[in-house]
Amino acid sequence: MLSTLQPPRSLSLLPLRRFQSSKHIVSAASSSSTAPVTSPPQSQILTTRRSLLSGETTAVEIAKSYLSRIRLTEPQLKCFLHVSENVLKDAQEVDQRIAKGEELGPLAGVLIGVKDNICTEGMPSTAASRILEHYRPPFDATAIKKIKDLGGIVVGKTNMDEFGMGSTTEASAFQVTANPWDLTRVPGGSSGGSAAAVAARQCMVSLGSDTGGSVRQPASFCGVVGLKPTYGRVSRFGLMAYASSLDVIGCFGSTVADAGMLLHAISGYDRFDSTSSKQDVPEFQSQFLSVDHFECKPLKGVKVGIICETLEDGVDSGVRSATQEAASHLEALGCVLTEVSLPSFSLGLPAYYVIASSESSSNLSRYDGVRYGNQVMAEELNKLYECSRGEGFGGEVKMRILMGTYALSAGYYDAYYKRAQQVRTLIQKDFKAALEQNDILISPAAPSAAYKIGEKKDDPLAMYAGDIMTVNVNLAGLPAVVLPCGLVEGGPSGLPVGLQMIGAAFDEEKLLKVGHIFEQTLKGSSFVPPLLANVA
Amino acid sequence: MSTTLLRTIQLNQFSLLGTALIRRRSNNVSVRCCGSQTATTHEAKQTPPSRVAPKNHKSNKLDEILRDYEAVIGIETHVQLSTLTKAFCSCSNNYGSYPNTSICPVCMGLPGALPVLNSKVVEFGVRLGLALNCELSLKSKFDRKQYFYPDLPKGYQISQFDIPIASGGYVDLDIPLEFGGGHRRFGITRVHMEEDAGKSLHSDTEDYSQVDLNRAGVPLLEIVSEPDMRSGVEAAEYACEMQRIARYLGVSNGNMQEGSLRCDVNISIRPIGQAEFGTKVEIKNLNAFSAMSRAIDFEISRQALLYDQGKADQIVTETRLWDEGAQKTVTMRKKEGLADYRYFPEPDLPEVILTQEYVDSIRASLPELPEAKRRRYEAMGLGMQDVLFLANDVSVAEYFDAVIGKGAEVKLAANWIMGDIAAYLKNEKLSINDMKLTTQELAELIAAIKDGTISGKIGKEILFELLAKGGTVKGMIKEKDLVQITDPAEIEKMVIKVVSENQKQLEQYRSGKTKLQGYFAGQVMKMSKGKANPGLLNKILLEKLNAKD
Repeated sequence: MLSTLQPPRSLSLLPLRRFQSSKHIVSAASSSSTAPVTSPPQSQILTTRRSLLSGETTAVEIAKSYLSRIRLTEPQLKCFLHVSENVLKDAQEVDQRIAKGEELGPLAGVLIGVKDNICTEGMPSTAASRILEHYRPPFDATAIKKIKDLGGIVVGKTNMDEFGMGSTTEASAFQVTANPWDLTRVPGGSSGGSAAAVAARQCMVSLGSDTGGSVRQPASFCGVVGLKPTYGRVSRFGLMAYASSLDVIGCFGSTVADAGMLLHAISGYDRFDSTSSKQDVPEFQSQFLSVDHFECKPLKGVKVGIICETLEDGVDSGVRSATQEAASHLEALGCVLTEVSLPSFSLGLPAYYVIASSESSSNLSRYDGVRYGNQVMAEELNKLYECSRGEGFGGEVKMRILMGTYALSAGYYDAYYKRAQQVRTLIQKDFKAALEQNDILISPAAPSAAYKIGEKKDDPLAMYAGDIMTVNVNLAGLPAVVLPCGLVEGGPSGLPVGLQMIGAAFDEEKLLKVGHIFEQTLKGSSFVPPLLANVA
Repeated sequence: MSTTLLRTIQLNQFSLLGTALIRRRSNNVSVRCCGSQTATTHEAKQTPPSRVAPKNHKSNKLDEILRDYEAVIGIETHVQLSTLTKAFCSCSNNYGSYPNTSICPVCMGLPGALPVLNSKVVEFGVRLGLALNCELSLKSKFDRKQYFYPDLPKGYQISQFDIPIASGGYVDLDIPLEFGGGHRRFGITRVHMEEDAGKSLHSDTEDYSQVDLNRAGVPLLEIVSEPDMRSGVEAAEYACEMQRIARYLGVSNGNMQEGSLRCDVNISIRPIGQAEFGTKVEIKNLNAFSAMSRAIDFEISRQALLYDQGKADQIVTETRLWDEGAQKTVTMRKKEGLADYRYFPEPDLPEVILTQEYVDSIRASLPELPEAKRRRYEAMGLGMQDVLFLANDVSVAEYFDAVIGKGAEVKLAANWIMGDIAAYLKNEKLSINDMKLTTQELAELIAAIKDGTISGKIGKEILFELLAKGGTVKGMIKEKDLVQITDPAEIEKMVIKVVSENQKQLEQYRSGKTKLQGYFAGQVMKMSKGKANPGLLNKILLEKLNAKD
C-alpha cells in the first residue's frame, strides 16, 4: 500500500532535535539547567495554517513530505494498517481552495491518522480484527465527518489492539507496532498506532479511543500528548463499540494545542449518539498563548492535587520522580500543590475489567458472520457462529468475551456487574470530592515507561495492572490529558514518561490551559524520538 | 437453539439489497418467525376482529375428564407500532417492502452504529399503558436481551427488563352471548417497549434461508397478562380486546395476518382445587383469534387426557406450534433449562424519563376506549349483541356515534348500521370509512322515515343509492319525487281504481279469500310507485274491500 507514495523529500518542516538525556533518570524539569536551550514545541496545526496562508508551502508539499516519512519509517514502526490513496488528492483540493481564495477550514491540510476502530467511509476499518478484515464502512464516524468538513485529511488507519482490548498494540490481528523511541518496545495501547504515528511525525495529529487508558497510556509510552475528553463530549457514532459506557474518542498531538484544537473540531452534541452531551464547547484556542505572553507565574493560584495512591508501591521509581519533578514544575508556575487521597482508587481496576468485559461481550455479538466480515462456511447455524467467531477473534478478545459473558450470566450478575457499578459510583464520588477541593488532579499516566515487546504477552494480569492509573478516569467519565514530562533510562536515548492531569467533567479548557503552560515552559522539552533524528 | 442446518451464506458486503442466504439441508425448519414468505401486500386494510368459532364437538367422556381440571392461561402479546419510522433509526416502517430496502447501518447492526430512540414509541407506550389501567414508570430504561440468531443483527434485542414503562393494570371485556356471555376483568402484568427482529425466510426447496431486515428495529409493545384466563374463548376474547384497544388508540393496525399483533400463549392445567400451577407449555404460531381458541382448547384436552391416563409427567416445559391443517399443537422445541438472556442495561441509551405533565397530557388525549363505549351503549338501551357489534370496530363506533350525534334515534341508527349497511360493506369488501354515505345523510334518512316523509321501503332504496353513489337524502327525494303520499283522498282514488279494475279478485275476496288483501295493497303500492303511506293505504283499502255496496 505504500508503493504508490512519493520518494522521500526533505523533512525541513519539522523541528527535529534529539532530547538530550543524561545517563541516569532524567526529568525535563530537573534537566533544564544542563539541557541546551530549545524553543518550546510548536503546534503543527497552527504552523501548517500559517505556512499555507502565507504561501510559504503548499498542502501537497506538506502531504508529500509526510507520506515520504511514512514510507521511510513505516517498515520499522508499522503504525498504519492502511494508508489512504487520496492524501495527495485531498491536499490538492486544499491548494485549489487557497488558489481560489476560498475560506479555509481550521484543519485545512492537517494530516490526521485515525485509529482503525473509527469508521471511515470506503476506507478499511477493521478494529485490527480478522473478523472485519477488508470491511469498508458505508459511512463516516461523526468525528471523521467533522474533521473532513473542516478541511482535515485522513492519512490512514492506525494499528491498535483488536477492538481496543489491550495495552500494547500487540493484540492486533495484523501487525505489531514498534515504539519510535525504542523499536524493541511496545508503543502502548490500545491506540498504539495513533500514538507512535504522531511521535514519529507520520501525521500531525491523530484520533484514538480511550476506554480504560487507551489514549493516555500510549501517549505516555510514545512521548506525545494524549487527550481523553469527558464522556459525552465527542460523539461515539462510528466508533466501534468496546465498552459503550466507557468509550470515548480521544486526540493525539505533539503539543497540547494540537490535541486541543483537534478535540475542538470533533466535539459537540450529535443527534446520532444519545449519550453525547449538549454542553457548550468552548473555544480552546485562546488558551494556547505563546510563551512570550506568559506572566511570570502563569498558573498562580491553580489548585493541583497529587493523587497519593498513584505514587505508592508498584510504580517505577523513575516514573515516581518524574511525576514529582513535574509537580515541582507546576509549583514553580504558581500552582498550589496538595496531596489528595482517593480511597476507592484500588477498586477501580477490577470494576473496570468487569464492566468493560461485560459490555464488550454484548457489543461484539454483532460480529456473527451473517451480514458482513469474516464468515466461515458451515453446515449448521451454530457451527457458522462458532467458526466465524472462533477464527475471526483473537485470544485477548475471546478471553474478554468469556469473562463478560460469565459476569452477566444469571446468578452472577449481582456479584459482578452490579457490584462493579456500585464501585463505579463510589469512584465517581471520590473524584467529585477531590475535584471540589482542587482544579486538577495529577498522577503518572502509567506505572512504568514502555516495556519490551512480548514482555507481558503471556501475563495478562500484569498487563491489566498497568492500567491502574487510567481506568478510574473512565469509570468517572472525566477528562484527562497526558503529556510528556520527562525521560527515564531505557532505549537508545531514554524513554518518555507522561504526566496525567485530570479535570472536572466538561472542563477540558482548564486542563488544556494548564497542560499548555506546563509544556511550553518545560525546559529542554522536545520530545522527538531518536528514530526521527536518525532519519533526519 | 434451532436445528436449522446451514451450508453456505452468500455475502454481499454493503449491498443494501443483499440478503444473507442460509442454506438448509434438512426439513427442520426454524420457526422463530412465522411471517409470510412473500411480502407483496401493501397498505394494511383493517379487518374487523373475527369471531371465535364455537368449540368442536367433544365426546362425552372427554367432557367428563375436562370437568375435573382447570386451565391457567397467560398471554404475551406483541403489538407492532404504526410509527412512521423504526424504533431506533430513521428507516421507514412499512410492511411489505421489497426485502432489505428499508434498512440502514443502525438496524443492520453495522459496527459503530448507535440507536436513537424514536419518541413516538414512548408516546405509544404511555398511551397503551394508560389504556390498560397501568401504573406508569416515570423513570424506566432499556436493557439488552442477548441471543444469537441470523435475523437479530446486533446479537441482542433492545428491550426493557426489570423496569417496564407500565405495569400492574387490567382490562375489562364482555364475552359474546354465543360463548356464554358475561363480563370479565383480566390482569395486565406489564407493558414494555422493545424492537422487532428481522425475518428469516426459508426457501420452498428448503435448502437455503434468507434474512430480510426490513422488520429489524420496528417498534413493539409487549403486553404480558396475568394468568387469569381459563378457556380458549376467554383467551381469544382477551386478544381481541388487545387488538381493539390498539386500534382505538391508533398505535397499531393490529393485523394478525401481517404479524402486527402476535400472541404467545402460556398454558397449564391443574386438578380443580389444587393451588399450585401445573407445568407450563407455550403455544406459538397463532395468527387468528379462532386458531387461538381452538389451539388452547386442544391443548387443554391434550393435557387433561395425559393427567387422566396418569401420564402427567409427559407434560413438559416446551414450545408447541399450532398446526392449522391438522388442528393440533405439535412440539417445536423442548426447553433445556431456562434460557439465559444475560440482560443488562443498554449503555447506548439514556434512561426514559417521563414528566407527570407529559403523562397527564397523553391521558387527556386518549379517545373513548372500547370498555367505556360498551358501557355507554348499554346505558343507551342497546342489547349486548348490538353493543358488541358497534363497539367492536373503532370506525363503526365513530360512525354510529356521529349519526346519533346528529339526532338519529339510537335503535334505528344501530339497526341500519348493523343491517343493510354492514351487509353492503361486506359484499363490497369496503370499510365504513370508504363508504359514500355520510353520517349526516344517514341521520337525515332515519329522520325522514321517522317523520313519514318517506316510507321505510323507499328509505331502503335511497340507502342503497346513497351507498353506491353518494348524494343527499333531500336531493334524492326531490329528484325522484319520492315523498310519501299521505293524502287520504289521493290514496282513496287509487284504491277505488284498483278495486274497480279487479272485479274478479274482489268477488273472491268477498267470498272469504281475505288473503287477497295483500294483492290489492300491492297493486295500489305499484300504482303509487311505492310512495303510498302503507298504514293509510291498508286502512282505506280495507274500508273499500269490506264496503257493502
